[in-house]
Order: sequence, then C-alpha cells, then structure tokens
Amino acid sequence: MTTTTTAPPSKTTSAPRREKETGGALNVFSHAFLVLWVILAAGPLIWVALTAFRPSAEILSDPMGWPASFHWENFSNAWNKANIGQYTLNSLIILAGSLTGTMLLGSMAAYVIARFTFPGNRVIFMLFAGGMMFPVILALVPLFAVMENFGLLDTRPGLMIAYIAYSLPFTTFFLTSFFRTLPTGVQEAAMVDGASHTRTFFQIMLPMAKPGLVSIGIFNFLGQWNQYLLPLLLNNEDEKSYVLPQGLASLAVSQGYRGDWGALFAGLTIAMLPVLVVYAVFQRQVQAGLTAGAIK
Amino acid sequence: MPPRFTPERVRYDRRYRTLDKYRFIVGFLAVPLAFYALFVISPFIQAIYYSFTDWSGGPVANFVGFDNYEKMWNDERFWDSLRVSALLLVIAPVLTLVLGMFFAYMITSGGRHRRGRAIAGVAGSSVYKVVYFFPQVLSVAIIAVVWGRVFNTNSGLINGGLDKVGVDGPAWLGGDETLGLISLLTVISWSFIGFYVVLFSAAMGAIPKDIYEAALLDGAGRARTFFNVTLPLIWDTVRTGWIYMGIQALDTFAICLVMVPPHVLKVTPVFLYERFRDGQYGYATSIGVVLLFLSMAFSLIVMRVGNRDRIEY
Repeated sequence: MTTTTTAPPSKTTSAPRREKETGGALNVFSHAFLVLWVILAAGPLIWVALTAFRPSAEILSDPMGWPASFHWENFSNAWNKANIGQYTLNSLIILAGSLTGTMLLGSMAAYVIARFTFPGNRVIFMLFAGGMMFPVILALVPLFAVMENFGLLDTRPGLMIAYIAYSLPFTTFFLTSFFRTLPTGVQEAAMVDGASHTRTFFQIMLPMAKPGLVSIGIFNFLGQWNQYLLPLLLNNEDEKSYVLPQGLASLAVSQGYRGDWGALFAGLTIAMLPVLVVYAVFQRQVQAGLTAGAIK
Repeated sequence: MPPRFTPERVRYDRRYRTLDKYRFIVGFLAVPLAFYALFVISPFIQAIYYSFTDWSGGPVANFVGFDNYEKMWNDERFWDSLRVSALLLVIAPVLTLVLGMFFAYMITSGGRHRRGRAIAGVAGSSVYKVVYFFPQVLSVAIIAVVWGRVFNTNSGLINGGLDKVGVDGPAWLGGDETLGLISLLTVISWSFIGFYVVLFSAAMGAIPKDIYEAALLDGAGRARTFFNVTLPLIWDTVRTGWIYMGIQALDTFAICLVMVPPHVLKVTPVFLYERFRDGQYGYATSIGVVLLFLSMAFSLIVMRVGNRDRIEY
C-alpha cells in the first residue's frame, strides 16, 4: 500500500508529489460523487416512468414501491381521458408551423445580414442580438395586448407567430455567424452562371449551411416543444387547445381533486420520452447548440 | 425579376444589379423584421411606457408618473418576492457553478495518468456528460410537475424514501419558507448543472495539454492544478456562466408557479404574473422594468467583480 492510498479524502489537497499512481482514496471518493449525481439526475425521471405503471392507490400508499404488475391502462387513460393525446397533437401542430417559420425566416434574415453590405446592416444585426438579452417576462403584458389587437389571442397561428418571433433573435444570430463562414466563391459562381439571388439562396447556400441549420433546428425544436410561458399567456382560453407542458401543469393542479395519479405519471412519461429520444440521438448537436446559446 | 426574364442589355448593368440586390435584401428582411419588431421589440418598448400608466387592460391608460413604482416601494408582498428572488440570485449560481465545475474537472482531468498522459477524464466520462444533461432538455413546466411530486409530503419520492428508514419527512412545499426555498434551489440547480458541466468541460478541454504536463512536472497535486491552472484559464467562461445563471435564477417563473403553492413563497416574476392576472397591467409592467434593471445591474456587477487579466494561451 502506498502513501497515496492511505491519505484520507479530506487531506487530498496536499496530495503527495509526483502522483505516480493516482487513484486511491480521492478517486474513489470523487467517482462515487459522479455516480451519485447520475442517480440524482436520472432518478426522478426513472421514478416517474416506473410509477406510471402503478395504480393510483398504490402510488399514494407507497410512493417508493416497485410496480407489482404493469398497468398499461394508465397510459390509455392519460392519452384519452386526461387529454394528453389532444395536447400532444396541439403541440405537434404548433411546432410544425413555428419550427418551419423560424428556420425559414431566421435563415433568410441571417443570410442577408451575413452576405450583403447595405446601410443599416450592423443596426439590424444588433437589433436581433439585443433581443436575446431581455427577459421575456418584461414583454408579457404588452405582448398580450398586441396579440389581442391583432385578433391572434388564443389562436394557433398566433402562438406560432409568437414562437417564431421569440426564436428569431438567437436563430438569426447563430446563423449569421454560420453563413459568414461559408466560402464566397460558390455564391459568386452561381451569380455568374445567371442564378438570381433567391435561387442562389435556396439552391446553393441553404444546402451548404445544413450543419448549422441542423444544430439550430434541434435547439429550436427543444425550445419550442418545451415552451411554457408563451402558451400560458397567449393560449389560455380553451383547455382543449393547451400544448403539452401547459396541459400537464394544469393536470397536476387539478389532480389534487380528481386523483388519477397513474394517469398524471403516464402523461409525464409520454411528454418526456420524445425529447429524451431526440436528445439521445442528437446529443452532440444539442450540447453544442445549447452551450453556444450561453456564450452569446 | 429572375435573370432568365431579364433582358440581355440590362442584365449586366451596374444600376440594375444594385436595384436587384436591394430588392432582394428588402424582400428577405421584410417578414422577419416585421414579426420581430411587432411582437418582440414593440412590447419591450411599450412595457417601459405602460409602467408609468394606470393601464388595466381597457382602452384608456392614464399617465401617472412614478405611482406604480411608489406603490411597489410600499408593497410588502413585492419585497417578500424580491427577497426570495435575491436569495436565488445569490445562492443558485454559487451552488450550480461550483458543482458544475467539480464535475467538469472530474470528467476532463480527474482520471488516472495513464500511459504518460498528463490528464485524462475519469472512465465513462462521456456517459456522465450525456446523463447530466437530461434535465436541460425537459420543459420547465414538466420539471416543476415532476419535482412537485418528488417533494410531495405524503406520496412523494423523498418522504417515501424517508419513511422506509423510519423518518417522518417534513412538508417540503407545505408552508415553511425555508424548506420551500431549499426545494426551489434544489430544482434550479438540478436542472442547470448538466449544462454547466458541458460548458466547463468544453472550456477545460481547450486548455493545451503541455500546461498540465508542466504543472505535473513541477509537482502540483490535483487540487493545486485546478486552482492554479484550470480555474484561471477558464475564468472568462466561469464569469459568463455566472451572469447567465444569475439571470436564469432571477427569471425563475414556471418552477415556482407550478411547484410551490403561492402561500409558501413566490419569486418576483410570479408576483408580476399575479398582478397581470388581476388586471393591474400598469403595475405588472413596472415590476418587469425593475426586474430588467436588476438583471442588468447584476451583469454589470459580476463583470466588474470578475474582471481579471485575460490569460492568452
């Protein structure tokens, strides 16, 4: 046994010089901490998924218990009776519109800002970049009024437009720097060959920007799928038109009286699964996209 | 006009090309800018104006000067909410960043010095990075519902576990403000740590290996390497993360609204939302303006406090 291994964890700050074989106490201790955090990070989610298979009465009497038998009817109850199916459909419809709109408008604006010189170019760029810094909650009340004036309150197009508008700052910012990195030669060649600006954009530049579009697309997919504040504000009239996170939050509140906990847990599982699958598949791009969002 | 319809004689004319270029620029910018100006910029500007009015949702909004701000100053519920928000603003970044940095350091540099390499991540570090990030991809509303169940007094995961070992768990979200605050901090840190692990690992991974080799040769232990080599070199990222986390903590809305019952405690954004729901639009926007100034002040202070000489490598 070397001195390294006998050093108690608390003294590791004065670890012996020339750590020939590190490991030992410090490593065991820190590694245990890493594993502990895996349990903490994934634990509540696994608990929800397991509990989704248990009947409500059992959940209440023994929250920690293992599912004795698998109650699939929780899922059908959640999907049909608790409206999770309807909420999922709403979320999908909204997302189809808002994601397409965000990507199209965002890349159009970014392309023009990145590749053309015109008066006001910098100003428009700063305008978009500045929008990332303001808390959405500040715009809450006037946004509500603006939407009401346009007759867009509690409508699907209204929600889509709001999602698009609030995704534009970061999307444009991200794609502007991306378009700047693309080679200019190809664009010039296309113009010399007689392609119009529009055609150059759609047939040459957009396909070339695919890696950037994928990153920001996933970023926006997650952001818009998970949106809660905007639907709460702009889409609160009819319970049938709730999006998934909104529906689940209201379900959690109303469960206090009705008490179909199995359905709530099944609903949560249904809501978490798609994002976790998307994340598992694209985790590299997701992590790159989200961390790029922090270092504005 | 697409080039194939453009007459040959004007197609290569400079004036025509300039006109064509501007037509394209305007065409491409019009819709995104219109959306952005109408639904993002204009509400922000209106918010500042409405914060000086007694607007309650109707067509009339009378200018009342600083009345809303005065009311806020005298509103005890506002100060209560601000106290909670300020506590989050101070504690959440420290908790999240310290843990995030520790995990990131373990993942990038905590491993054994195998085959003469100066630094290496612990075994399975890529798995850790993936799992830690889980909470970050979920909706805050869903996180709030899940943790609301975890903290539930009678049928929650924590008290259920405590029951098994014969301990009566407290009512986490039931009425005690301190316990409510602890719950809120837990959830905020839980949901953001994975993000900072990834952010800091990326920054740590960019540090050249020979610096570590030199430190190792000079006999620096792991803790010493961290404080004298790693931390100074990633300081810019830490400062950015600090600002970002502070603003996130100040923005905490959904978690508090969904998870914590309103009688226990509320953060300032929830207080704002409740004023909005009551129809006190002018008052609500003035709270928003104060929040904006607070987050700007916080960013400036952190910039100042955290200003160190940049180390190039």
